Amino acid sequence: MSFISANLPYILSGISVGGQYALIAIGYTMVYGILRLINFAHGDVFMVAGLMMVYLASWAPLYITIPLVIILTVLLGFIIERAAYKPLRSAPRMSIMISAIGVSYLLQNISLYITGGLNKNYPSIPWISDTVTIGTAVTKRVTLITPVLTIVLVIALVILIKHTKIGMAMRAVSRDFETSQLMGIKVDSVISSTFIIGSLLAAIGSMLYFTNYPGVVPNSGAMPGLKAFVAAVFGGIGSIPGAVVGAFIIGICENIIKGLDTMLVTSGVIKNPLGLATFSDAFTFALLIIILIVKPTGLFGEKKTDKV
Amino acid sequence: MSKKKKNLINAALIFALLLIVLILSYFLPSSSMLFVVLKKGAIYALIAVSMNLLNGFTGLFSLGQAGFMLIGAYTYAIFTIPVAARTQVYQYFNGGIIQFTVPVIVALILAGLAAAGFALLIGLPVLRLKSDYLAIATLGFAEIIRAIFQWNTLGPVTNGSNMLKMFPSFDSIVKDMAKEDGKHEFFKNLFTSAPWLENFLITMLPILLSGICIVVIVLLINSSYGRAFKAIRDDEVAAEAMGINLARHKMISFCTSAFFAGIGGAMLAMFQATIQASAFKSGMTYEILLIVVLGGIGSVTGSCIGSFLFIAASEWWLRGLDAGKFLGISAPGIFRNGFRLVVFSVIIMCVVLFYRKGIMGDKEFDFERMIGRFKPKKKKGEVSGNE
Repeated sequence: MSFISANLPYILSGISVGGQYALIAIGYTMVYGILRLINFAHGDVFMVAGLMMVYLASWAPLYITIPLVIILTVLLGFIIERAAYKPLRSAPRMSIMISAIGVSYLLQNISLYITGGLNKNYPSIPWISDTVTIGTAVTKRVTLITPVLTIVLVIALVILIKHTKIGMAMRAVSRDFETSQLMGIKVDSVISSTFIIGSLLAAIGSMLYFTNYPGVVPNSGAMPGLKAFVAAVFGGIGSIPGAVVGAFIIGICENIIKGLDTMLVTSGVIKNPLGLATFSDAFTFALLIIILIVKPTGLFGEKKTDKV
Repeated sequence: MSKKKKNLINAALIFALLLIVLILSYFLPSSSMLFVVLKKGAIYALIAVSMNLLNGFTGLFSLGQAGFMLIGAYTYAIFTIPVAARTQVYQYFNGGIIQFTVPVIVALILAGLAAAGFALLIGLPVLRLKSDYLAIATLGFAEIIRAIFQWNTLGPVTNGSNMLKMFPSFDSIVKDMAKEDGKHEFFKNLFTSAPWLENFLITMLPILLSGICIVVIVLLINSSYGRAFKAIRDDEVAAEAMGINLARHKMISFCTSAFFAGIGGAMLAMFQATIQASAFKSGMTYEILLIVVLGGIGSVTGSCIGSFLFIAASEWWLRGLDAGKFLGISAPGIFRNGFRLVVFSVIIMCVVLFYRKGIMGDKEFDFERMIGRFKPKKKKGEVSGNE
C-alpha cells in the first residue's frame, strides 16, 4: 500500500500527460491516415497555441481568450495545409515531409522572434489549475480533468467519423486517395477538415498541457509532438483508438521512469540513484523502435502489402 | 570535352579557389566573418554530403545525422583532451577514467569508426523500415544517443551533461606548430615573418580535411557501389531483381554516411573548441537536411554550395537583420534579435515550395555547362541544372 501511495503522483501525472499526448496524437494519426505525411509542424502548432494563449490572456478575459485561441489555432492549421502541403500534393513524399520540417522551423523561428527566446508564463486558468488532494498525492485539478475530457472528445470524434458524411469521406480518402477522388469526394476539403480537427484538439491539448508547466518556450512543442507521433505509431497509425491507447501507455511509462530512481531506492533494489530520469524521453523512442521491429503496423493498425 | 580535360579544369578551379583564400587571408583581418564562414561551411559541406549520400543517392530518408555527429564529436574530444587538463574538465568526476590521449588524426578516424560502428548496430533493425518510418526511427535513435551521452552515470567517460573542452581545436593545432620550445623554429619564424599565414592555415585545415573526405564519398558514388545505391533509390524492387543485395548495400551506405558524419562532428568540435551533448538536437539534423534540399537532393556539389550559402547567410549576410540595420535600412523595432532566422526560414520555405530542385537539382557542377549558359547561341546552353 505504501508503495502505491508513494508512487501515486507519478502514475497520476502519467495519466494526465497521456491524455494530453492523445489529443496531439489524433492530429498526427488522422493526417497520416489520409496524406501519408508525418506532419512535423503539428507539435509546433501546439506550441503556438500555447503562446497565443499567453499573449491573448494579457488583454482579454479568459472566456474570450479560450475560444479565440481555439479558432486561431484551427485557422493556423488550415493555412499551413493550404500554403505548404497542398502545392506539393503530386510531389514525392519526401518533398512534403521536408516542407513539414520547413514549416516547423519557420514556426519555431517566428516564436523565437516574438518571445525573444524568453520563457513566457502560462496564464493560470481558474478552477482547472486549482490544487486538489487525492489520497497522498497533491496535484492540480487538470490532472483529473484531462483523461475524462480526452475520452469524451475521442468518443465524439469516433461518432463523427463513423456516422457523418464527412467522416465517411475521410475513411474513403484514407483507404484510397485516387478512387475516392473519382467517386466525387472533394479531397481538398476532406484534407482541410482533417487539419481543422487536428488543430482543434491540439489547441485544447495545449491548454491542458501547459497548465501543468511553468511556461512556454519556442521549442517546447517539439518533444511532445514527437512523443505524440510515437504514440500514434505505437497504436497503429491511422487508428484513433490506437493513438489514444498508445498515448496513455507512453505518458504513464515516461512518468514511471522519471520516478524510477526514487522507487528503486525506496524499495531497496539499488543504493544510489542512477539518474535514470535522463532516459524518460529516450524511452519513448526505444519503445517506438521495438514496436516497429516487432509489429510494424502498431497495436491496432491494418496490414498492408506493397504492390509492384 | 574529354574526361581528362574536364578533370584538369576542375583541378584548376579548386586551385584558383585556394589562391583566392590565400589572397584574402593576406588582405583581410583574421577576425573577418569570411573565415568563419569558410571553416564552418566546409564542415557542414562534409556533413551535408554524407547526408546526401543517404537521402539523395540511396533514397533512405534518415534523420539520425545529429546523433552520429554527437558520437564523432565526443569520441574525438574524449580521446584528445590532454591528460594534464582532465582534472579540470572532468572536475565532477575525479578526472575521468580515460587517462591517455591519441594523436589528432587517429582520434578523427576513431570518431568516424565509432559512429559507423553504432550505425552498423542500429542499421540491423532500422534499415528494414521504409521511408517515414525509417526517418522517425533514426530520429529516435539520435535522441537516445543524446540521452546516453548526457547520463550522469557515464560521467567518468562523457562528463555527463557538462561541457567538454580543452581538446585540440583548429586554432590550437596551428598555434602549437609554432610552440616556444625550440623544436618548432621553422614555423615560428614563418609566422613572425608572415602573420597572415597562420590564419590561412587555420582556415585551410578544415577545408582540406573535408575536401579529402568528400573526394572519398564521390569516389564511392562513382564506383559500382554508387550505381547500386542509385538503382535502389530509383526502384527497390527492380534493383533487387537485377541482383543487388538490398540489405548489404543499404548498410554500406548507412555506415559510410555515419562514418563521415562522425568525422564531421569531430571537426565541428575542433571548430567550436567546446562541445555539449545538448546542442545536438533534432534541430541540427533539420538544418543539415535543409542544406541538402537547398543544394539539390542528389548533387554533391550542390550540397557544398548549399552549405556555404546557408552558413554565409545565417552567420554573416543576414546578421544586420538582428542588429537593427540591414541594407541601409535602420529599423531597430523590427530588426531585432531573431528576425534573421525568420527571414531565413521564409527563404527556405520558398525554396522548398517553388524551387523544389534546389540550386543544382540532381546534377553536378559542370564548367562546360556554366560557359554554355553565357553563350545563348548554342542550343546546349539550354540544358542547365538551374531549373
